[in-house]
Amino acid sequence: MARRARTIDAPLGTGAGDASAENGAADALPLKADILVAGGNYVGMATALGLKQARPNLEVFVADQAPKGASARDGRASAIAAAACRMLKSLGVWDEIAPQAQAITEMVVTDSRRTDPIRPVFLTFDGAVGPGEPFAHMVPNGPMNGALRAKAEEAGVRFIDGVGVDSFDTAENGVSVRLADGRALETRLLVAADGVKSRLRDQAGIKTVRWDYGQSGIVCTVRHSRPHEGRAEEHFLPAGPFAILPLKADEKGHRSSIVWTEKKEDANRLVEADELLFEVELEERFGLKLGEIRVDGKAKAWPLSLTLARDFVKPRFALVGDAAHGIHPIAGQGLNLGFKDAAALAEVIVEADRHGRDIGALDVLENYQRWRRWDTFQLGASTDVLNRLFSNDFGPLRTLRDVGLGIVDRLPRVKGFFIGQAAGLSTDAPRLLRGERI
Amino acid sequence: MSEAARTTIDNQEVERFSRLAAEWWNPKGKFKPLHKFNPVRLEYIRNQIAERFDRDIRAPRPFEGLRLLDIGCGGGLMSEPMARLGAEVVGADASATNIEVAKLHSAQSGLTIDYRATTAEALADAGETFDVVLNLEVVEHVSDIELFIDKCGAMVRPGGIMMVATINRTLKALGLAIIGAEYVLQWLPRGTHQFSKLVKPDELEAALSHAGLRTVEKLGVTYNPLADRWGRSSDTDVNYMVLAEKPAL
Repeated sequence: MARRARTIDAPLGTGAGDASAENGAADALPLKADILVAGGNYVGMATALGLKQARPNLEVFVADQAPKGASARDGRASAIAAAACRMLKSLGVWDEIAPQAQAITEMVVTDSRRTDPIRPVFLTFDGAVGPGEPFAHMVPNGPMNGALRAKAEEAGVRFIDGVGVDSFDTAENGVSVRLADGRALETRLLVAADGVKSRLRDQAGIKTVRWDYGQSGIVCTVRHSRPHEGRAEEHFLPAGPFAILPLKADEKGHRSSIVWTEKKEDANRLVEADELLFEVELEERFGLKLGEIRVDGKAKAWPLSLTLARDFVKPRFALVGDAAHGIHPIAGQGLNLGFKDAAALAEVIVEADRHGRDIGALDVLENYQRWRRWDTFQLGASTDVLNRLFSNDFGPLRTLRDVGLGIVDRLPRVKGFFIGQAAGLSTDAPRLLRGERI
Repeated sequence: MSEAARTTIDNQEVERFSRLAAEWWNPKGKFKPLHKFNPVRLEYIRNQIAERFDRDIRAPRPFEGLRLLDIGCGGGLMSEPMARLGAEVVGADASATNIEVAKLHSAQSGLTIDYRATTAEALADAGETFDVVLNLEVVEHVSDIELFIDKCGAMVRPGGIMMVATINRTLKALGLAIIGAEYVLQWLPRGTHQFSKLVKPDELEAALSHAGLRTVEKLGVTYNPLADRWGRSSDTDVNYMVLAEKPAL
């Protein structure tokens, strides 16, 4: 059953498992963990780091099939809401990331056909949730992952690189995990952070609800001749939202990240089309405000769907991040929801451990589920509604939504509420998201 | 399992005990009401012990060096957290079955707890003493409160504390804790509690005082049906807890 992959880099500082053993690794004494996080992306690492910082007595492992350093080379960028930024600060990694983070200081939302010469602006706000605290940042994934990894290692989290989880059995008092290289690991709790197609979620028998949009998100980086001044734009075009998100300028000049929604077949056609043709189409939507534009690197199209797990927990098992909820990127909330999972799960486990409770017990984990599931469903449903509402060109509906946005724009308190929600600063936020330590 | 197989206990018995242990510790099983009830008690007890003995609840094993007795420990729902927090725990239960179940589960959890099938009276007569004595849901089942509390009180070291949790003898308790919990909701088996054996707070306080203990705090534990959660309150009409201390020498 188990695949042998001994040549893959799988360093382990200490412990019974000897990765360098020529044979018999599968028969060696099992590794002992309190918590194993399967999946070494930013959500998995933030969960592990949050736990380890608050409870150094817990043995925390992160296992990922990707080779060491792969996540630090991730070329994508993410919108980090203020709450997630506070979390990165409390985890002690923000200072490392900050030089490469671009603050979003202004946000503009329009609703238009792409041929409209001038797009009426319906919602604007200067993006600050407090003095000197922008409501969001654009952060490159690579350096963020690198900083989380370094901090987690420093805190004593143990990484198993290049080796994923093959299978697991849950017993009364623990989970017996078989790693892909045949080694065994015993843990009190298994956390699945293995993405929207989570294999562990399926193995745990957790079902999902899925909506497919028939749309894809085209993602690319655009170079432009004029500075963006920290301004983000979201245009609700008939085919779907088109977002321009400001990135930190580098030695090659000004740049922004594009998230561009189209029907699946149109998106595929566009990314496979000739570069020049793609740029023409892009310019038509992007406008000329930022001067001359040029696509940097290759554009990629990602099919959009909303996947929600029916349960977030089982005995000794919890889902975090996209494994629990893969949401439409329209509101830019995937990462932020994932960080909220990490913060909530870490807090629930730390509290349980400080009470001498069994950290893998179902009634402990249900506190996490209660905290996160409704919130996730709400956000998933509202982004879904938002997308359905905006991805069409039906006249009366346009008028209605424009009036709606116009009203929101004119009511400071309502707007404040929306901005606060988008920034992730609701009152029930876990401690890490409020910038506190657990 | 393999260790149990080497002892003289026959395998069928072990099998039965592990089934019972699984039942005791299943938050969705027969003891669900206890699992729902436990966190609020646990938090209160932990905080009170930490405050009394000046321990940092953020430390990995804050109760290291404290000796604690859990009377009527059942399957060990309170003994195990206390042991994880570092206390040296003696769990006592009059039921030998409960003790076997608790032993089996603590071994599975990798915890060291001194479980004994015995009574508070026997422990007291053997001269055992503790920093903390937990007396949870026991006094409503004993026949002579004053004698029982005297014996328990004798085991509390000077400067130590005893916590008692029980049910008040009020019409409200008859309605909620007996008719409601046993007959209507069937949270507990019928006959678990007899109304006449329930203890009023002032009766308990008198017994504590007779045993040389001073009542520090008295609080209610009430159920919120909307949140399906138990919480602390000032309403001691049904479930309540009393914290008492033995003055230091």
